[in-house]
Amino acid sequence: MFAYLAKRVIQAIAVMFVISLIAFAIQGNLGDPLRELVGQSVSEEVRQQLRDELGLNDSFVTQYLRFAGNALQGDLGTSYFFKEPALDVILKKLPATLELVFGATLIIVGFSVPLGVYTAIKPDSILSRIIMGLSIIGISIPVFLTAILMIFVFSVEYGWLPSYGRGDTVHVWGYWQTNFATADGWLHIILPSFALASIMLPLFVRLIRAEMMEVLQSEYVKYAKAKGIKPWRIYFIHALKNTLLPVITVGGVQIGTMVAYTILTETVFQWPGMGFMFLEAVNRVDTPLIVAYLIVVGFIFVVTNTIVDLIYGLVNPTVNIARMGA
Amino acid sequence: MSLLSVRDLTVKFAMRDQTVTALNGISFDLAKGERLGIVGESGAGKSITGFSLMNLLSRPGYIDNGQILFEGEDVVQMNDKRLRNLRGNRMAMIFQDPMVTLNPVLTIGQQMIETLMAHRKLSREEARQIAIVKLREVYIPSPEERLEQYPHELSGGMRQRIIIAIALLLDPQLIIADEPTTALDVTIQADIMELMLELCQSNQVGLILITHDLGVVSQMTERTLVMYAGRIIESGRTREIINDPQHPYTQGLINALPQQTLPGQRLKQIPGNMPGLASIPTGCAFNPRCKYATDLCRSRVPETVHYGEVEVACHEVQRLNSDEDRQEARA
Repeated sequence: MFAYLAKRVIQAIAVMFVISLIAFAIQGNLGDPLRELVGQSVSEEVRQQLRDELGLNDSFVTQYLRFAGNALQGDLGTSYFFKEPALDVILKKLPATLELVFGATLIIVGFSVPLGVYTAIKPDSILSRIIMGLSIIGISIPVFLTAILMIFVFSVEYGWLPSYGRGDTVHVWGYWQTNFATADGWLHIILPSFALASIMLPLFVRLIRAEMMEVLQSEYVKYAKAKGIKPWRIYFIHALKNTLLPVITVGGVQIGTMVAYTILTETVFQWPGMGFMFLEAVNRVDTPLIVAYLIVVGFIFVVTNTIVDLIYGLVNPTVNIARMGA
Repeated sequence: MSLLSVRDLTVKFAMRDQTVTALNGISFDLAKGERLGIVGESGAGKSITGFSLMNLLSRPGYIDNGQILFEGEDVVQMNDKRLRNLRGNRMAMIFQDPMVTLNPVLTIGQQMIETLMAHRKLSREEARQIAIVKLREVYIPSPEERLEQYPHELSGGMRQRIIIAIALLLDPQLIIADEPTTALDVTIQADIMELMLELCQSNQVGLILITHDLGVVSQMTERTLVMYAGRIIESGRTREIINDPQHPYTQGLINALPQQTLPGQRLKQIPGNMPGLASIPTGCAFNPRCKYATDLCRSRVPETVHYGEVEVACHEVQRLNSDEDRQEARA
């Protein structure tokens, strides 16, 4: 167990190193930081002097090591626009994004399993054909279009759900304001969550269906039938558990990807999360914030994947975590 | 009354562009506690016969016609609930490959206990105790520990013993074993067969043993059916079939055994292959491979006739018996 964990952590560190390198390289190529800092009225000599003071004339390696050293201490630079540490700016926005991703994940898990199982068990039924048809449409339409359509239908035409912002939030701890404590908060998170889920949900329905159909053809399912086991037990105990093993692996990667998709969703719904913030930062050429965002998102990705791998090991009896990596 | 009585069983497969016949009017009986072997090449319909008896054919296969009377009740007409009550309880099945038969994510205990609890009103603990007793019967060491293990932690032979134990859990009247040792090491095959024979005899359980191994059939069974292209072409007491086969196909099978050939010589194989289901020849399905085939063989399906000690479906059986040919063929 310890060996496996250690191996995973070393892998994670390697990935973070590459991400930080890429992020840092971007920083050096996104225009001249001095222009953002001092404007146009400063003479070239003063600029050179400032460059020296800021260490911008040092070699790439020296600059990177300084950057990495600061990053390890939680200093990802200072946002030009907010005049605050970039990490703080992101951490303030992070809870809104994580709640949105959480909402979308709930929707995906809640709908994809029953829909995937149903379409696998009854592949020829009319309902299955409708679900599969809709899933193609869902995958094909880009998130921002789905989001705008949903706003048009549910906010503009029927006026059932609010179209922007987080609504009433309740302070929980630190920077964490939650949507899940008030009715208004719940109403506000419904549309963005569904919009964010609209790409992944059909993907998962199709994935679960395909895996489940394969598992239903297996010898052990036939054997369970030959033992006189009831159908619901065959479907949900014998087949589903085997179906979900590969789905968990894909799912972990997709949760990470969803964090990236929040950029679109948050922009359409004016959701005050870090995806929305990132887009604004790009518009303002707020380089430290952009870099910090990349690193934080990369970090979330690495952490979720590591956790997913650990869960996979716990769920799959043929993977013995205790002995792995030894 | 016999335990199992199959009459005119016809199984078809609805393929995309045509419907093919996999079993063509199979009839046979099995007495209580009797052991029956079904032999033939791959594709003869042996396994399909086994699965049909439990009404467990998966699409696109279906039972088109016929009766399967088990303890007087027609399996073909049973509803889902009756079928569940039959499967695993009164009739159990042992699958071919123990490596893929058990569910990889459930423990041995879960897979045994669920079977018991599906058929009997038992507490989990009572079911566990029965499972332990049955594991002892198949000589599994420290059964309490095995119950907590997953299939991948056990060897193939061990798994097949467990599958035999599961088959015996509910004291069925009949066990259908579909090539139960094909996937195992030769050294373990004999052990498993011996175990099955011992358990069937001591518990008075009927056995249908599906195999292509004539040696196993002669050791394990009292009666034998020989199948070819979806029909029974010869049936009778195992001893007669092995020692004095009447149908040219059965003769070919026995001549093809390595024991029938001197070391260094080529095995006497039957020329050609079993026809595919979509291209079964007219008349006797065996006629293209049969050196005694006549025009009659090529045009009409032979009736099953009583000849000597066996039932055989061959037009030429009488001629063969009087002929010198046959002596030569057996030499």
